[in-house]
Amino acid sequence: MTRTDTPNADIQLTSLTKSYGDVKAVRGIDITIHRGETLALLGPNGAGKSTTIDMMLGLTRPDSGTVTLFGSSPADAVKAGEVGGMLQTGTLIQFMSVRELVTMVASLYPHPLAIDEVLHITGTSEYAERPTKKLSGGQTQRVRMAIALVADPDLLVLDEPTAALDVEGRRDFWTAMREVAARGKTIIFATHYLEEADAYADRIVLMARGRVVADGPPTEIKAKVGGRTIRATLPDVDHDVLAALSGVSNVERRGEAVILTCADSASSDTALRELLARFPRARDLEVRGAGLEEAFLNLTGDHEDDGPAS
Amino acid sequence: MKRFTYLRFELLRTLRNRRFLIFSLIFPLILFLAIAGPNKNAVEGGISLPLYFMTSMAAWGSMNAVISSGARIAAERQVGWTRQMRITPLKPSVYLSAKILSGYMMALFSIAVLAIAGSIVGVRLDALQWLTMLGLLLVGLIPFAVMGIALGHLVSVDTLGPTIGGLTSLLALLGGAFGPLVSSGALFTVVKFLPSYWLVQAGKSALGGANVWPAQAWIVIALWTVVLTRVSIRAFKRDTSRV
Repeated sequence: MTRTDTPNADIQLTSLTKSYGDVKAVRGIDITIHRGETLALLGPNGAGKSTTIDMMLGLTRPDSGTVTLFGSSPADAVKAGEVGGMLQTGTLIQFMSVRELVTMVASLYPHPLAIDEVLHITGTSEYAERPTKKLSGGQTQRVRMAIALVADPDLLVLDEPTAALDVEGRRDFWTAMREVAARGKTIIFATHYLEEADAYADRIVLMARGRVVADGPPTEIKAKVGGRTIRATLPDVDHDVLAALSGVSNVERRGEAVILTCADSASSDTALRELLARFPRARDLEVRGAGLEEAFLNLTGDHEDDGPAS
Repeated sequence: MKRFTYLRFELLRTLRNRRFLIFSLIFPLILFLAIAGPNKNAVEGGISLPLYFMTSMAAWGSMNAVISSGARIAAERQVGWTRQMRITPLKPSVYLSAKILSGYMMALFSIAVLAIAGSIVGVRLDALQWLTMLGLLLVGLIPFAVMGIALGHLVSVDTLGPTIGGLTSLLALLGGAFGPLVSSGALFTVVKFLPSYWLVQAGKSALGGANVWPAQAWIVIALWTVVLTRVSIRAFKRDTSRV
């Protein structure tokens, strides 16, 4: 039996909770992550993603519940050099070149990657001899990635790694990260961009207000939160007729208006064309993408009055 | 060699930090040359003035070196580097020792530079006197090294400069590094409980024989070390258990 087949080989978060004073940041989370998975923790600000990540890395102690990383406690996994992390905030220390800094961090691990290899993967070779102080924001972020990678860790945890980057920087970052994922590493990253989670994760765990509100492959999550609605004034058309339009997943009637729900923008386009072709008298047309926040709140019910999460 | 890589880079970073060089090497050296240079044959408190100021400035410069080394932790906390280190196998004890060793390295440079400048100006000591002075200075620096670690966890980067500048100047002044402030009375009794007084006296041990560093010196240095170590441990724990 290989190690992957045992439950110990997984990462397990069990009934995790954490409060800061009156603020319940994490309110009972259970997630099992398999070796080799790339998992996105998706959620708006204040969903509890960073707190969850800090507990996974052993930086924050949970109020209750446990974290095991490949069968060990976070502290032991960190000591064994099995974990690499990129925290949400942070820059680099000064008076060193990029190469020196990566070399220094590499020396802390039992079996690090070769320095040149890490610099190559992260695209930092070009400015390897430059002092850390003289790097742009995007370059700094790449070097931070190099620091997380040089351990050659089994688990890589990234807390909103692209938050400070522009679109191009974000794309470059993920191009490099794909290469890492291809080496069979387990990658967990937090993000509040649905597109990012969809493009780079095998699985998305959707968090809101300290809870997991959905967990599944990106297509499934996208259908839940990436939906569009078409609203039109169209009296006297039967519910079933509208529901039969292609791309429409749900129909709701409010007086003279109808609201058609579609899974994504492609299906709302199809549905809209068909709607207009068959019912040219439809008017007051409005197509809306459900915002991520809104989608989260719909999923969570948004009726809980137990204070904001952080 | 790999286990020393971390320490090697820490020392290298310290050497490249210009502010460090200025406060622990250049300032004490300039002050020494300015005061002792034109007064080669003067006498201060029964000791030749160049020797007096060589030892005082060595005490002051090395004190600056060990305090600022630990205090750099404040900057590393601010940029999130200490948190980054906490998710590596680096032990906190190694992280802190590297800071203390960097401070001692700079302190040795400071003492060496002043010893050379002193010799040039005309200070003559035999080998035993040099070694006694060096040995007692290194012991006298212990509470200051620990104080630096405490400050690094308690003070924010914005207030670090003025805090350290003020603190080291005050301690050096009261300890007599810029000339004996008091030598009798109630204030003198208080001053003799300061670690900086005994650090300055350690410098003067070269001439004073055994009674320059009596039992009280060892006790005061030991007590300050114990108290500041406890403060540092508390500050460290508070910092690492923070959100």
